[in-house]
Amino acid sequence: MFASRRDNFLKLPRERQKRPVIAAGVIVLALLCAGGLRMQAQEKNPYAGDAKVAKLGEYQFRSNCAFCHGLGARGGGRGPDLTRAQKHHGNTDAELFRNIHDGIAGTAMPAATNGGIGVGMSDEEIWQVVTYIRSVEKKATAAETGDAAHGKELFYGPVGCWTCHMVNGKGGRLGPELTSTGASRSVEYLTDSLRNPSKRLAEGISEPLKDFSQEYETVTVVTSDGTKLQGVVLNEDSFTVQMLDTREQLHAFEKNKLRSYVKTRESLMPAYDAKALPEKELKDLIAFLLAASEKGGGQ
Amino acid sequence: MLAGARGKKNRRPAPLETTVLGTAKLLGVAALAAALSLSAPPASGQVTAERLLNSSKEPQNWLMYSGDYAGHRFSALDQINAANAATLVPKWAYQTMAGGKFEATPLVVDGILYGTGQDDRAYALDARSGRPIWQYQQTLPADIRPCCGRVNRGLAILGDKVFVATLDAHVIALDSKTGNVVWDAAAAEHAKGYSFTLAPLVIRNLVLVGISGGEYGIRGFIDAYDAATGARKWRFYTIPGPGEPGHESWEGDSWRIGGSPAWITGTYDPATNTTFWTTGNPSPSNRGEGRAGDNLYSNSLLALDPDTGKLKWHFQFTQHDEHDYDATQVPVMIDDGDRKWIAQANRNGFFYVVDRTNGKLISATSYAKVSWSTSKDATGRPVPDKAGAPTPEGNRVCPGALGATNWMSPTYDPQTKLFYVTAREQCDIFATAPQPYEAGHAYYGSAYFPNDDTQPFWGALRALDPATGKLKWEWKHASPTWAGVLSTAGGLVFTGDAEGNFIALEAASGKVLWHFQCGASVFSSPMSFAIDGKQYVAVAAGSALFTFGLP
Repeated sequence: MFASRRDNFLKLPRERQKRPVIAAGVIVLALLCAGGLRMQAQEKNPYAGDAKVAKLGEYQFRSNCAFCHGLGARGGGRGPDLTRAQKHHGNTDAELFRNIHDGIAGTAMPAATNGGIGVGMSDEEIWQVVTYIRSVEKKATAAETGDAAHGKELFYGPVGCWTCHMVNGKGGRLGPELTSTGASRSVEYLTDSLRNPSKRLAEGISEPLKDFSQEYETVTVVTSDGTKLQGVVLNEDSFTVQMLDTREQLHAFEKNKLRSYVKTRESLMPAYDAKALPEKELKDLIAFLLAASEKGGGQ
Repeated sequence: MLAGARGKKNRRPAPLETTVLGTAKLLGVAALAAALSLSAPPASGQVTAERLLNSSKEPQNWLMYSGDYAGHRFSALDQINAANAATLVPKWAYQTMAGGKFEATPLVVDGILYGTGQDDRAYALDARSGRPIWQYQQTLPADIRPCCGRVNRGLAILGDKVFVATLDAHVIALDSKTGNVVWDAAAAEHAKGYSFTLAPLVIRNLVLVGISGGEYGIRGFIDAYDAATGARKWRFYTIPGPGEPGHESWEGDSWRIGGSPAWITGTYDPATNTTFWTTGNPSPSNRGEGRAGDNLYSNSLLALDPDTGKLKWHFQFTQHDEHDYDATQVPVMIDDGDRKWIAQANRNGFFYVVDRTNGKLISATSYAKVSWSTSKDATGRPVPDKAGAPTPEGNRVCPGALGATNWMSPTYDPQTKLFYVTAREQCDIFATAPQPYEAGHAYYGSAYFPNDDTQPFWGALRALDPATGKLKWEWKHASPTWAGVLSTAGGLVFTGDAEGNFIALEAASGKVLWHFQCGASVFSSPMSFAIDGKQYVAVAAGSALFTFGLP
């Protein structure tokens, strides 16, 4: 009965809409053709390997991208390190072009149009930037870095990273989720983050694009009834704070109702010096993170 | 009077064969109009030039961008005051449903609110309920070049027209009753980087606007248009041409693409018939190579004759700027006894007080962290250090590229005699990135990055004493904000923050009395108005214009 009713319902409009449907079909076809051509035009970098274009791209990069991705594309507080050959949002020329041209939904990466990145880039300038990024890419594979399998054992075992960090859905919530970190940060950055986690925290996050920052600042509060809680700040403004405590409980407070509120940029994460984490184990851990960010790796 | 004149002009000539009928109809209309005029005076809704001059006599209305010609952004309304501010509640919100930064300050005239928003939209609302009366959307071409978002900061009103300056470098007049376009004047080629983002300033029968585009190698100007017809009456180029004084401050042909936009609304002193405008950075903004010299009149305060556009004098804040220190902050007129000043908390971190009768500097005091200048010339004007110039490797300089403040309006409260400004504490690393000039393309010749300080960026609302340059109080924001400041006779200042709070503070002490979470960053300067004897405070945040009042 439902089916026949639906059929009846569909019949009449279909008859009536014939002409518009044909017209729409022509338009769609035209759009597909145009889209197809455009896709083709954007498939391959016309300047691949051209050192002169890479230099122009560097200037574009400095003006438009370096604010988040850092001088030399090595990553800022906010943007990923683009010298990593493995890109979380796609490795092909076409994907790089698309990510710059359209931005990446759900991230702070804006589209390279007016009001987006810098003052806007033309398609040609985007290709220059892609050429530049290719010129500074460094390959760092998990296999070259260390023993990923051993790193995984350390991560979920004696080093205990998992108590605060999650990789591929397994682990804790107090620290940053690390599944894709290997694709967005350099080995040096990861080393630094393990050896001296507070340094990264201290550097802060660039502000102009800031909408919703999470910097994992350490917060200690004493509530009006004397309860002491420690954890990380998830968000805050002048009047309120939203935090996750060390037992992974969410709390939200009005600051003026707290007995005490102390925030530091000293990370809750312990600093792993060479004694706590010998060089070999550190490399294995990083190899695990790199493998986790590579396709199907880390499992 | 203006309405009548325009009505005649716009009425289509009646075809001959319908003349008799037409006459009969006209008689009917005339009779109806006569009847209506008994209950409502025909000119009641009109904003005359006289009313603009005497805006202080009608504090229930907000007749121009900064509230008055002096640029005070002060409301003489005191119904909302330090004693009851804690009870403020939202009254209504109007959604533009647009993305991007909502930077506009609305106007209110006799119960009608006129505003603009992102993408050059304009609207008239019932100021009591927030219900729209008309809405207008400028059709923007795809090749416009707004450097920093598709923003518009507001409009101006005269007679039965409102005036909007648009991102495609047009100045348009809309019928304030209908939102229909009355005239449309193209000022410059938008594809070459020219655009408008500011609220125009009306002086007598002229609509004054200043151009944006310092990121594209434009040649800046300030224009005046006939409010009745849209005909351009004068143009003042903010970069002198060959043979004009100041031209020698540019190397070679660099003056042709030297920037110096004027993208914030000026002020006006009727006593001397002088309008004060401020200008932005020379282009390319962060690289001085190729434009040796002071680069007049970039980053300057200009005193112009509003009737002719003739320059009376200038004062340059930052010579040969390489850090994007636009001086585009509202030049606020302050009278201290017989002394007549312009006060400006500049993007370069100094709070300047200038004698507005002659352009002579009175004082320049830093109000935020400054490292670009460590010395002053004989007149007391800070001069740039050579060591602060951007380098290929990067050079850390304070304030950063976004400045110690920016376009968000300050306020001057004649009751506390204090100047309130949104300060941003942020240093940046400036690195050169040579770019050849190409029309319509980015031309700023550098990059900047967040500094490597261990302190994250922060911001504050600061109360400065113009007589001494000294800080009276400050209230620290959780992060740097882009909200301007309003002061009121109720002993209050209002501002917003990047986290979405709209905040009322005690003007004398900086004590927070009330705050409301708007749900998105406040990127605008607040204003106040009254209707039915009830005071409101309004501010744009996110995609909405919010109004607040007493319960």
